[in-house]
Amino acid sequence: MSLTPTKEGTPPVARDTATGGSASRTKRSDSKFPTKTPTPLTTRQRLSRFVDRHVLGIYVAPAVAFISLVMIFPVVFTLFLSFTEWFGSARTPPKFVGIDNFVQLFQDERFLLATGRTILLTAGAVTAQTIIGVGLAVLLHRQFVLRGLVRSIVLLPMIATPVAIALIWRLMFHPQLGILNDILTRIGFAPSDWLADPNLALLLVGVVDTWEWAPLIALITLAGLAALPEDPFEAASIDGANGWQKFWHVTLPMVRPIVVVAVVFRLIESLKTFDVIFVMTQGGPGFQTETLNIYAYNVAFQYQRLGYSAALLIVFFLLVLLISSSMMKLRRPKEK
Amino acid sequence: MAHTAAYRVKKGLGSFGFYLLLALVLVPFVFVFYYMVTTSLKSPADLVAKDFVWVFQPTLDNYEQVFEQTDFLQFALNSMLVGLGSVLVALVLGLPAAYAIARYKAPKIALLVLSSRITPGITFLIPLFIIFSQLKWIDTYQALIIAHLLVTLPMVTWLMIGFFEDIPQEIIDSARVDGASATRTFLEVVLPLTRGGIAAASILAFIFSWNHFMFSVVLAGRMTRTLPVAVFEFMSYGQINWGAIAAAATVMTIPVVIMALFVQRNIVQGLAGGAVKG
Repeated sequence: MSLTPTKEGTPPVARDTATGGSASRTKRSDSKFPTKTPTPLTTRQRLSRFVDRHVLGIYVAPAVAFISLVMIFPVVFTLFLSFTEWFGSARTPPKFVGIDNFVQLFQDERFLLATGRTILLTAGAVTAQTIIGVGLAVLLHRQFVLRGLVRSIVLLPMIATPVAIALIWRLMFHPQLGILNDILTRIGFAPSDWLADPNLALLLVGVVDTWEWAPLIALITLAGLAALPEDPFEAASIDGANGWQKFWHVTLPMVRPIVVVAVVFRLIESLKTFDVIFVMTQGGPGFQTETLNIYAYNVAFQYQRLGYSAALLIVFFLLVLLISSSMMKLRRPKEK
Repeated sequence: MAHTAAYRVKKGLGSFGFYLLLALVLVPFVFVFYYMVTTSLKSPADLVAKDFVWVFQPTLDNYEQVFEQTDFLQFALNSMLVGLGSVLVALVLGLPAAYAIARYKAPKIALLVLSSRITPGITFLIPLFIIFSQLKWIDTYQALIIAHLLVTLPMVTWLMIGFFEDIPQEIIDSARVDGASATRTFLEVVLPLTRGGIAAASILAFIFSWNHFMFSVVLAGRMTRTLPVAVFEFMSYGQINWGAIAAAATVMTIPVVIMALFVQRNIVQGLAGGAVKG
């Protein structure tokens, strides 16, 4: 019957940035509100009481129902399809084939190469954007004129429509019309085929991904830097640490947890990169930039092999889950 | 506080070095957008010139071509309707859920909402495509709105959990003491207090619906194609030249950039699934 705010009732003013918010949430005891003396109730009042008693359930129900319908059902359905062979026709229903799809998957060279490419692209691009992003954050983490404007500029790549970005990069890479060959020839190099060059295409996709998303890591790290206490830096200064030592031994360990969160988000998204690849190369030349997501799209919507694509998606999903959860472990030692 | 001349020179050089470095780092970010806009303003002769033309007579011909030779406005309207529809439904579903999650601490439900970020989009797309084909909903707005909810609902929910958590518990308690039901407290006390947050979450969710590509590739048709897919197809079918494509890309990007300026502080938060306050 307690209505006075307990100590848990005080507003969580700033959510703990390092623990990702949800981890620190604890059970709260204010779901019980006083029921008054039993006077006869109207239906409306009864309804209102009922809602009061079950706020969590009732408020969450619509969203959870939608998610179950549009998210959980598809996942379960995909799981079912992965054991069948089906070409999406209503006349011939899905035929149960057991684990054939999975067996076939691991003998499918195109799948194995796509998996390798996906991991290579993600590892390369996320590493590059982490280094550039943290560097950029350190650069922006000081007072200077036009700081606000510079921060807005840094936001642009990740907020602009990816298709527009990919089209403009594709034009820049254009062997005849693009500016990059113009620059190359002007400084005395031979022009390149860029995206049409099988040895270069995947690297360039990674470059565009890095250009687009290094800002996200930069801004997340910047938020982490802004929240750091002053004391350790003063102590390090007194001990005679120079700028680089302070960065390497003080700043970096302290922002590490938040950088790891940023990296995990980028890993998840980068593994699933679709727009930029689809628009710039559509997986080509040959299959040189065909990642798992692009291959899954082709198998499902170009070849209509829905059962096989479902199996592929399950493996892909497990890969995303495995990589992101093992990365999350990296920040554990820093927590209590 | 008397600094020696040598110190001042060193400091001055340090800050010159800083600005030089900053400028160098910003060049690639700015240049791509500069290239997009200038390309859109170039005449065909300047576009195909052997060397890159830095100084040119700007022309709006490319924009004219986009609006005259394609149904650009129709596609923009499609994107707008799908965006508004999916944001509106996301608010109706997401606001109460986010409030309940924030007030009664239900991180598991919050994680469920976020799990859509981990699952590859095609996993949703295959069943949705099959169901919508059965319902004859391919190439309809409702199909696209439902699909885009997978983008907007997690975004709204996650951002709003943060805003609802910032409301002092005392305010809610005092409304309850005054005899307001939970629902009245939510509608008449909590929602007005978080107007700013709701606006930010809506704008951000709209941006990400506007930018989204994959769902519309599969689920939209001639009538409902959204802008990113339409502009991509201008290129694949060689409907218009590169100058016009740059013009279409510019027009598609401008609304997003303007909206982004209003929600700058929340963008990082939205992208990082509420894990980080930017």
